[in-house]
Amino acid sequence: MYGNDFAAPEDGPGGGLLGEVEAAEAALREAAARARRGGPAPDEDLDGYFTDVIDADQKIEPRDWMPEAYRKTLIRQIAQHAHSEIIGMQPEGNWISRAPSLKRKAILLAKVQDEAGHGLYLYAAAETLGVSRDELVQLLLDGRQKYSSIFNYPTLTWADVGAIGWLVDGAAIVNQVPLCRCSYGPYARAMIRVCKEESFHQRQGYEILHTLAHGTPAQKAMAQDAVDRWWYPSLAMFGPPDGDSTHSAQSMAWKIKRFSNDDLRQRFVDMCVGQAEVLGLALPDPELRWNDERQAYDYTQPDYDELMRVIKGDGPCNRERMAHRRRAHAEGAWVREAAAAYAAKQKNKEKVAA
Amino acid sequence: MNTLFDFTLALGDDALIAAQRLGEWTSRAPEMEEDVALANIALDQLGAARLLLTYAGELEGAGRDEDALAYLRDDREFRNCLLVELPNGDFAVTMAKLFFLAAYQLPLYTALAGCADERLAAIGAKARKESAYHLDHAALWVKRLGDGTEESHRRMQAAVDQVWPYTHELLTADPAAPVDPATLRADFDATVSAVLDEATLTRPETRWTPGGGRDGVHTEHLSYLLAEMQVLHRAHPGARW
Repeated sequence: MYGNDFAAPEDGPGGGLLGEVEAAEAALREAAARARRGGPAPDEDLDGYFTDVIDADQKIEPRDWMPEAYRKTLIRQIAQHAHSEIIGMQPEGNWISRAPSLKRKAILLAKVQDEAGHGLYLYAAAETLGVSRDELVQLLLDGRQKYSSIFNYPTLTWADVGAIGWLVDGAAIVNQVPLCRCSYGPYARAMIRVCKEESFHQRQGYEILHTLAHGTPAQKAMAQDAVDRWWYPSLAMFGPPDGDSTHSAQSMAWKIKRFSNDDLRQRFVDMCVGQAEVLGLALPDPELRWNDERQAYDYTQPDYDELMRVIKGDGPCNRERMAHRRRAHAEGAWVREAAAAYAAKQKNKEKVAA
Repeated sequence: MNTLFDFTLALGDDALIAAQRLGEWTSRAPEMEEDVALANIALDQLGAARLLLTYAGELEGAGRDEDALAYLRDDREFRNCLLVELPNGDFAVTMAKLFFLAAYQLPLYTALAGCADERLAAIGAKARKESAYHLDHAALWVKRLGDGTEESHRRMQAAVDQVWPYTHELLTADPAAPVDPATLRADFDATVSAVLDEATLTRPETRWTPGGGRDGVHTEHLSYLLAEMQVLHRAHPGARW
């Protein structure tokens, strides 16, 4: 279980969560193997049919009928998830040129490359819902779709790369592991792949912090400073508290979401406390303490007003992140046009030759 | 160049500086697939650099590992060719650089795979497979851009013209080296001519032949690159990462 996923000193995080991912994968295979009911009967109510499939824990696949609101919710969620992977390359990419050893540079490059790959899987999953990647990218560039608020915070030191791996990827996994059981098949399958790689990244981030925390006093201070700055933004990644969350109830009924924002946040806090102890770093919350009655840690909530400001575009790096993405897109236009023109010419040549 | 150490160090530096430049593209590529590809090639180059620098450190026998060699030398001690340190420029310049580099590294590593030094032979055998992929990728882009739109043709030709003089240094004779770069000339020329022809590009005349990288005499670009690459490592002497 998440709550007891305390790492052994040499082990680092990830073990329990990966087990969850594997269990979800097995469940997916079982669901596929179970004889699935065919399409709806001619006179059957489509909504009833859809609810039946969801209740039976079967997956909805691209060609199945689905309520328009379900389709739209999924497009929004998967696209925003894809955008987050693409924008998320920037804060870490910021340290590739300055990584302090060749080994760390290689690990970081591979990680950022994985993120681009995750973006590609997720756009492909969104495309199964009848929208094109180009349209979604345009929505991002126009500021009409969001990406995760966390990537609007700056990476100021090398330790931030470690803190992002441990806390940001950790929070992402806690959020995404339940999505491995999401009712929409292509999203569930993408999440299984993504979570496996993310948990590897989280372990590497933890290892960076562990090395820093056991290094020189300056390195340890750098690690503590990074954890101090990333802790609350990471807690805010789970979204607004349950009472204020607009999409939650419907998403839970559709089995897109499986746990509430506050439940997942609590799991994350419970998981991090033990890991922080092993790291020898403090979590920046004086109110953090074990509650025997609840069998969970009490903690101070993140500042949700700040979260809303960041989501609305007024975080420290929103403008830079968007300007960077728009610049890359605009400066690459002539290259994409050339590739299209070349492909068309090749196709013509083949026709002439045939 | 005269010793095995110099030779190994030079190849390691080529790969390291190439990786550093390619890494600068991360999150800036014209399309997402290209972000993946450029990071992939950067990783391959970095992997080769680590093997070569580690071996160079052993050959030298002064206790320098890959990080000591990468982070604690100044630009006058770097032995990379000038081609790899040139700024990325636009996508066409980056592809021209990568194309010429791969057209040199593929026959180089292939020849190295058969050389008498076991370690270099093993590194060559691994790296040549990666170089073949880099060459394929860059050649395809040279063709796409050269034979794409008017604008891409113009940019690709300008990139080839700009970068071409620096290829001379890659193939400068060094008869004492495990692989004499001059022996790679025919292979390099054949690859380059075929791709440029198909890309409807012309091969510039060789008039100006800048060099000096192998002797540690670089362009003005390298010390900026190193300042950035080494800043954190140098700020914490003796630290582990």
